[in-house]
Amino acid sequence: MASTELETQQRMDAAIEGVDNRVSEAAAESTFQEIEDDARAIPAIEFQHVTLGFGDRNVLDDLSFKVMKGETKIILGGSGTGKSTTIKLVLGLLKPDEGRVFVNGEDVTDYGEYEMMRVRKNIGMIFQEGALFDSLSVYENVAYRLHEQGVPEDEAEQEVRRMLRFVNLEDAIDKMPAELSGGMRRRVGIARALVGAPQIVMFDEPTAGLDPPTARTICELAIKLRDLEDVSSMFVTHEMNNVEYLTSEYAAVNDEGEVIFEEEGQKLCLINTKIMMIRDGHIIFSGTDEQLTKTDDPYIKRFLRGK
Amino acid sequence: MNIAIRSLLEVQETSLLVARAFRRLFRRPIYLTEMFTQADVIGVGSLTIILLTGFFTGGVLTLQTYPTLKYYGAQDQTGYLVALSLVRELGPVLTALMCTGRVGSAIAAELGSMVVSQQIDAMRALGTDPVRKLVAPRLVALVVTLPLLTVVADVIGIIGGGAVSTGLYGMPMESFFSSVRHGITTDDITGGVIKPVVFALIIGSVACNKGLSTEGGTVGVGRSTTSAVVTASILVIVADFFLAKALQVILNMPGK
Ligand SMILES: Nc1ncnc2c1ncn2[C@@H]1O[C@H](COP(=O)(O)OP(=O)(O)OP(=O)(O)O)[C@@H](O)[C@H]1O
Ligand SMILES: [Mg+2]
Repeated sequence: MASTELETQQRMDAAIEGVDNRVSEAAAESTFQEIEDDARAIPAIEFQHVTLGFGDRNVLDDLSFKVMKGETKIILGGSGTGKSTTIKLVLGLLKPDEGRVFVNGEDVTDYGEYEMMRVRKNIGMIFQEGALFDSLSVYENVAYRLHEQGVPEDEAEQEVRRMLRFVNLEDAIDKMPAELSGGMRRRVGIARALVGAPQIVMFDEPTAGLDPPTARTICELAIKLRDLEDVSSMFVTHEMNNVEYLTSEYAAVNDEGEVIFEEEGQKLCLINTKIMMIRDGHIIFSGTDEQLTKTDDPYIKRFLRGK
Repeated sequence: MNIAIRSLLEVQETSLLVARAFRRLFRRPIYLTEMFTQADVIGVGSLTIILLTGFFTGGVLTLQTYPTLKYYGAQDQTGYLVALSLVRELGPVLTALMCTGRVGSAIAAELGSMVVSQQIDAMRALGTDPVRKLVAPRLVALVVTLPLLTVVADVIGIIGGGAVSTGLYGMPMESFFSSVRHGITTDDITGGVIKPVVFALIIGSVACNKGLSTEGGTVGVGRSTTSAVVTASILVIVADFFLAKALQVILNMPGK
């Protein structure tokens, strides 16, 4: 159904890509090295006709989409439409019944657990429920990946403190997960996922249940990753203000070396965020935020306004 | 799916799990700390219950056999009979059953809750193989500590037997222990140490597999824990029979 729409979309994406590169690279010349254009043409994540069922119900039905390098893909959809499932498919935590999943151009569909480990090293995942290791302290949770890789302790501690400061939780470093509130747990989960600078990040409702300023911090984090670190991400959310932040602001480094957030329209810029909406296992919308607000689809309209 | 096919599938799954756990055992990173922690939890942690069960089992064996042996005028063989039963059968089986209850249930419950709270998924997402990080250290710790615990149970059981025969029946301490020393052979002890190695593999693999295949939230955790303990206990007792027979043949001690 949406295949022609998707193709148009992809052509548009490709056209925008060129301009966009220049913008984000100029914004952050110092933070990442030049990447060949060929490499950027390969999507960070690609689904081809992915179908997955639990029991006899198909949760995802012939799902195809791409997330380009440096792009943030916001995923919208009602509760239980398979957003978390989609994210788990990227990491190979679930395997599709049919279709192919590509990560950085590599077909990971048939990879075993062992090969998948290598792919997952590049992907950070923020679980909807936090999924902290409850036998480990906050410090050990965040340092998990570094400890597994045998990074020296003082280096690991520096990195962990940096990440925890990022999510405003440096004080909780010695606490156990059971002593944390829901929102704190989620933020620890975010810190844990971002340690080691993964090039692809999956956000599964990272702001649900957080107070507005903290939620805003998390969105800023996602914007920074997108614009300054060239991270590709999928961002599942139900909060419309998150969508707004991600589609209307971009991060840049000013002359003093501070990160600033600029509103769309202040300067010429193209924000590398696309929106995708899933319903009944199908993609019912894919495009930019302008296209989303202009849509005539009654379901989408109702979804956006809540009534 | 009928029960036979389901159990066969489970046997297959469990064996594959053990194979996976041991295949990459020596590939980096080696989870040595985990192994020691588990050995501490499983081994040292079970010491108290093993001491208690061992002591009283030895005691009750003496209590029951001494009068019978006395009837035949063979009461100086009490030590031998008690030690033989302990070393060959009761030591390994009782230790294994106690550990199924204490350790098997804990493993299944711990891994099960990690599954339902998505910690296993998180571990995989962070690039760690849960089989190597969680299953392998538990299996290794069990295989190392269960034989040791069995030996402890045997020794303390014999001491318990000695205590009852001296304390209750007024038998001289030396005659009890010298009949133990003269009766028990190396083969008995070898057999008594081989058995717990097999039992350890049974308990560990069943508990890990049940835990990791937990479905359906906290209720599911309860289900896998129960089913782990029941399955492992039954398998231990069934395996004991076949092992006893196999050891008789291998160590050449039919009937004795
Ligand atoms: N392990 C599972 N077994 C059976 N069904 C499952 C399983 N995991 C997910 N489902 C089903 O798949 C559907 C999609 O689940 P998913 O968690 O992906 O939803 P979601 O879009 O993330 O919803 P939410 O916004 O509430 O987080 C749900 O209807 C759920 O019932
Ligand atoms: Mg979800």
